[in-house]
Amino acid sequence: MTTHNAKTVGTPVNRVDGSAKVSGQARYAAEHMSDRTPLIGWVVSSDTAVGKITSLNTEQAEQAEGVHAVITYKNAGTLKPFSKPADESRFTQSRAVLNEPNIRHFGAPVALVIADTLEQARYAASLVTFTIDGEIPDLLTEFDDATQKPASLDGGFEADASSGDKPQQSDIQASINETYTTPSQISAAMEPHATVADFKDGKLEVYCSVQIIATAVEALAITLEMDEADIVVQSPFVGGGFGSKLGLHYDATLACIGARYLERAVKVVLSRRQVFYNTPHRGHSIQKIRLASGDDHALLSVQHKSAMPKAKGYEFAEATGAGARVTYKSQFIESTHRVKDVDLPLIDSTRSPGDAIGSLAFESAIDELAHEAGIDPLTFRIKNLPVVHPMKGTRFTTHNLGECLRQGAQNFKWQHKTQPTPGKQIGHGVASAMRMNVLVESSAEVELSATGEVTVRTDMTDIGTGTYTILTQIAADTLNTSVDNVTVKLGDSRYPASCGSGGSFGAASSGSAVKKACEALIANIKSSLPPALSQAEVQILDGQIKLVSIAQGDDEEVSRPVLLANFMSDSEFPISATGSVSEDDTSDDEQYSCGAHFAEVEVDEYTGEVRLLRQYGMFSAGQILNMKTAASQIKGGMVWGAGYALTEGIYHHRDTASFVNPDFGEYHVAVNRDIAEVSLDFLQEADYAASPVGAKGIGELGITGAGAAIANAIYDACKVRVRDFPITMDKIIAGKN
Amino acid sequence: MQPFTLHHYNGEKPLSSLPLDTRSRFLAGGTNLIDLMKLQVETPKTLVSLAKWDKANTISEDDNYYYIGAMVTNSDLAKFAHTQPNVSLLAQALLSGATVQLRNRATTAGNLLQRTRCYYFYDTTKACNKREPGTGCSAYNSMNRIHAIFGTSESCIATHPSDMAVAMIALNAQVHTQQPDGNTRQIALRDFYREPGDTPHIETQLDEDELITHVSIKKKANGTQYYHKVRDRSSYAFALVSVAAGLKIEDGRFKDLSLAFGGVGTKPWYPQKAISFLEGAEPTQEVILQAAEAELSKAKTFGSNDFKPELLRRTLTKVLLELAEHQVKHPGHEGALYDNA
Amino acid sequence: MATLNLNGRDVSLPDDPRTTLLDFLHQHLSLFGTKKGCDHGQCGACTVIADGKRINACLVFAFQLEGAEVTTIEGIGEGESLHPLQKAFIERDAFQCGYCTSGQICSGVSLLREMKNEDPSAVTYSQTRHSKASLKEDISERMSGNLCRCGAYPNIVDAITDVIALERQ
Repeated sequence: MTTHNAKTVGTPVNRVDGSAKVSGQARYAAEHMSDRTPLIGWVVSSDTAVGKITSLNTEQAEQAEGVHAVITYKNAGTLKPFSKPADESRFTQSRAVLNEPNIRHFGAPVALVIADTLEQARYAASLVTFTIDGEIPDLLTEFDDATQKPASLDGGFEADASSGDKPQQSDIQASINETYTTPSQISAAMEPHATVADFKDGKLEVYCSVQIIATAVEALAITLEMDEADIVVQSPFVGGGFGSKLGLHYDATLACIGARYLERAVKVVLSRRQVFYNTPHRGHSIQKIRLASGDDHALLSVQHKSAMPKAKGYEFAEATGAGARVTYKSQFIESTHRVKDVDLPLIDSTRSPGDAIGSLAFESAIDELAHEAGIDPLTFRIKNLPVVHPMKGTRFTTHNLGECLRQGAQNFKWQHKTQPTPGKQIGHGVASAMRMNVLVESSAEVELSATGEVTVRTDMTDIGTGTYTILTQIAADTLNTSVDNVTVKLGDSRYPASCGSGGSFGAASSGSAVKKACEALIANIKSSLPPALSQAEVQILDGQIKLVSIAQGDDEEVSRPVLLANFMSDSEFPISATGSVSEDDTSDDEQYSCGAHFAEVEVDEYTGEVRLLRQYGMFSAGQILNMKTAASQIKGGMVWGAGYALTEGIYHHRDTASFVNPDFGEYHVAVNRDIAEVSLDFLQEADYAASPVGAKGIGELGITGAGAAIANAIYDACKVRVRDFPITMDKIIAGKN
Repeated sequence: MQPFTLHHYNGEKPLSSLPLDTRSRFLAGGTNLIDLMKLQVETPKTLVSLAKWDKANTISEDDNYYYIGAMVTNSDLAKFAHTQPNVSLLAQALLSGATVQLRNRATTAGNLLQRTRCYYFYDTTKACNKREPGTGCSAYNSMNRIHAIFGTSESCIATHPSDMAVAMIALNAQVHTQQPDGNTRQIALRDFYREPGDTPHIETQLDEDELITHVSIKKKANGTQYYHKVRDRSSYAFALVSVAAGLKIEDGRFKDLSLAFGGVGTKPWYPQKAISFLEGAEPTQEVILQAAEAELSKAKTFGSNDFKPELLRRTLTKVLLELAEHQVKHPGHEGALYDNA
Repeated sequence: MATLNLNGRDVSLPDDPRTTLLDFLHQHLSLFGTKKGCDHGQCGACTVIADGKRINACLVFAFQLEGAEVTTIEGIGEGESLHPLQKAFIERDAFQCGYCTSGQICSGVSLLREMKNEDPSAVTYSQTRHSKASLKEDISERMSGNLCRCGAYPNIVDAITDVIALERQ
């Protein structure tokens, strides 16, 4: 009788990197020693937004104790200009800094001081003096100043889209026409961007914190005008990315420049304040939304217009209107996006580009229309759900938004509100979530030893998403072995190139590649077997690779397993195979993960202070690979949503195009006490049209809609509608007065 | 952070033996000073570490006063005040500030002397009269959400961020100091802080070589007490507006009111006008609003903090009405308004 | 020779008095378990335990802790076997990227002691969410000095609650 290893995909397996993380043993970028103790590089930043360096004095710094070099545009060496070549993607274009005396934005690097110790480098940096001839920086302040139509939007959306005919005025029973604003925000990963670079014998070895490895290598090769073959990038553990580490940023360029200049190992760790300027943030948005409904509360018209800033010379724009285009059916849908070039640090992907902030506005607007029309906002949403894509009429691979809303409302107890304590008001809010899903090219290699140990290699990264664990599970399940028998190695550019982490595509894409690699391995094994065993199942247990003939029909008797060792000698091991996925492995139909968010809040009648009581969501995202890590991803997104609704915002200092609050003291990410009960359920339905493993993305699903549910709950509690995020108590008081 | 010479003070040798001047700083817990030194907002040439000054790390009392040593940590003080119903206000204020980690290092004296959290004080690329006299004030005409509405001047509108100091002002604490010539003096905390005027870089009555040794608080019945801190997130954030209040209701009127405001003044604010109005008055919303108006008559707002007067009115109303209600329900009550211990 | 005691071992203090405890751990002792999240006492990632009290290692100079007993994450748990809180963190998935985790655990280990000691918190004195002291809200408040951008807060609170329940048995 054989013993099968129980399938683990879909179960709550503990993270395989858990022990390392809870005991402080996981190594992040700044902690790699390389062969040589790294020197410390400290960044000197510009104090002017845009202009030209007219004087630069590094003598005092160079002479300071412990200093090995001060690098500026005068001695940084060969660098391809920033964002060249134009035809490369923004993740592979040059990331040059210190290549010219021009300053592109406030806080841009002016020099890198390299010394033996952090204290020496940091102090010597204060001795560098410079003057910059500044120009008045361009910023976006008014909606109408955003006149540029972006070539395309993140996610591949067209800037403008329109479908159907505008309704007749006489058909409209209820309408709203409002403007919503969301502030600049930042990923604020707990690990500041950091790089240790070592340059030896023309070869560059880089430890950094990056979400996508392959493009990082390309970017460095282009930036430093080196051969990709001479560059190795490693990022086995990333202390949070959330989009800010999709590409490499100034810390990487500076560390590499420093390492090349000194032919030493150089470490550059950005200070928290420097992270705000030397890495990307999300631009603020102004969203104008007009909605109209008619008889029987059918949506007749959805118009969404978006204005956002775009960093000069950096092509990135968010599709804040994506939700308006797909969530509800409507006779007429129109969505446009315009941007304005500004003199700010890079504006790039921050968790759930488009939808994170689009949903804050759009789902608030839908709620406003429902109230205007005199119908319960949950009922209104359910009434207007589409069966096919509302604009294109195309099919969804799966579409369970209705079930998420209905079942979710029951689980949340939508109708039942806690009795408020005196002086408080309680409210319930709901919001829909639709987040596009894609499958991205990804490869992996799997290797099997004679004693059945499985090693998976791919340059895929784990940014907290649980990659180590789910790839372990997928390999274990496909090869019929236990998770303890599988080692997953990630984050090394010498491993097969993957899709990297981002856009919620990592798990399904890299997971499918691993699955295919394991299937290819099995096929390899079978190719050396006699035909009689061609139907046998490979199982790996107790250090042995077995072939088990599965009984046909009702016959319970199973033949005794045969050892692979009978057909293959030890010298033939390890055997390996690779697997890849591409767009060919995914359907052309519309693919979305979806969900329904619910929130319960308490608002103080005097002060307008808001306390979250409950957050709940019901989600549909195909096959859930690991119940534990998936739930954590979603909860994490819901916590972000709470921050977006209530606490987060970067304030701008207009005159200097700088940030007023570039630190954790005044940029308020949610703290533990801001968050109360957070719970969720998954509607399990594998979606094999989306990916070979049947999974869809969840990393950005949790944040989409979470904040809007809270905003709607606040309205329900105190009948104040705040359209300028974050919803702080002063805005609620203003609404009451 | 520029290099500094390090000295130690343990209370045994005289202060006069130390090189104390405008470029020296006493180092207590370090949670404010080290923060500012890393940014070169503070650039002392000499540091006098008080780590070994054990004598200052004690809390004692007699029949009339509590004596709180300068080096007592905020956590230890909170724990102590938690056991003393008549100064529950102090425990409440302390526990609302910062985090456990910071309170375990922050000291009594260090807390009183902490610098402002003004964004532009912290940003050495921005003009700041407090940090560099005569360079201007960047908070005017820019984002000033967290800035003061009381005690401001054309030179500076930065808020004092301490919670502990607000409760101590309400409780009429006294600051005791020592000078290098051996003299000691006592300054009422209500008189200790200076408004910015033309010299925002001078924040207290202390001489540059003067050392706080302890704080004393008179023991008296303070009634029901509540420190309510309104801020942009539920913890680990400074006050936008805070109200420290203790009161009794006798014969249906406010009695023995202790009151102070945080988050709204260039120094922890002692609302003299409001207190005069409230003492002996009936605890109604109308009366409270009138008291608030009396205090707010001198308030100035600067754009992003225009919301503060109304938020102060509402917070004050909430706090005083809830305290009054509690006193009416529990006559003679002494201690915290909410006690979940 | 001025020393401090680190995870049971005496170590000499660094020469440069500007060296914070955090930078001392990294640069001089190659102990990277304690993390730098902000270097300004605004995130708690660098939380360690000094003389039984949790503190931010970034806001104390190493010399200030002369003679003190310091425990870092490397000193939590006995060798190969994990502390109950570490085990609870794994069970409850109370971390994702893991960068704030060392600080969360040092904080959590201290919190267990603080609550057993009945140290007060802001929740002791506040008009709490449901008008009665909830253990979870109290834990949340006491852990608010440790930011987690991955948003593992609910699971962190659950892990700590589990260990409290375990200890009460």
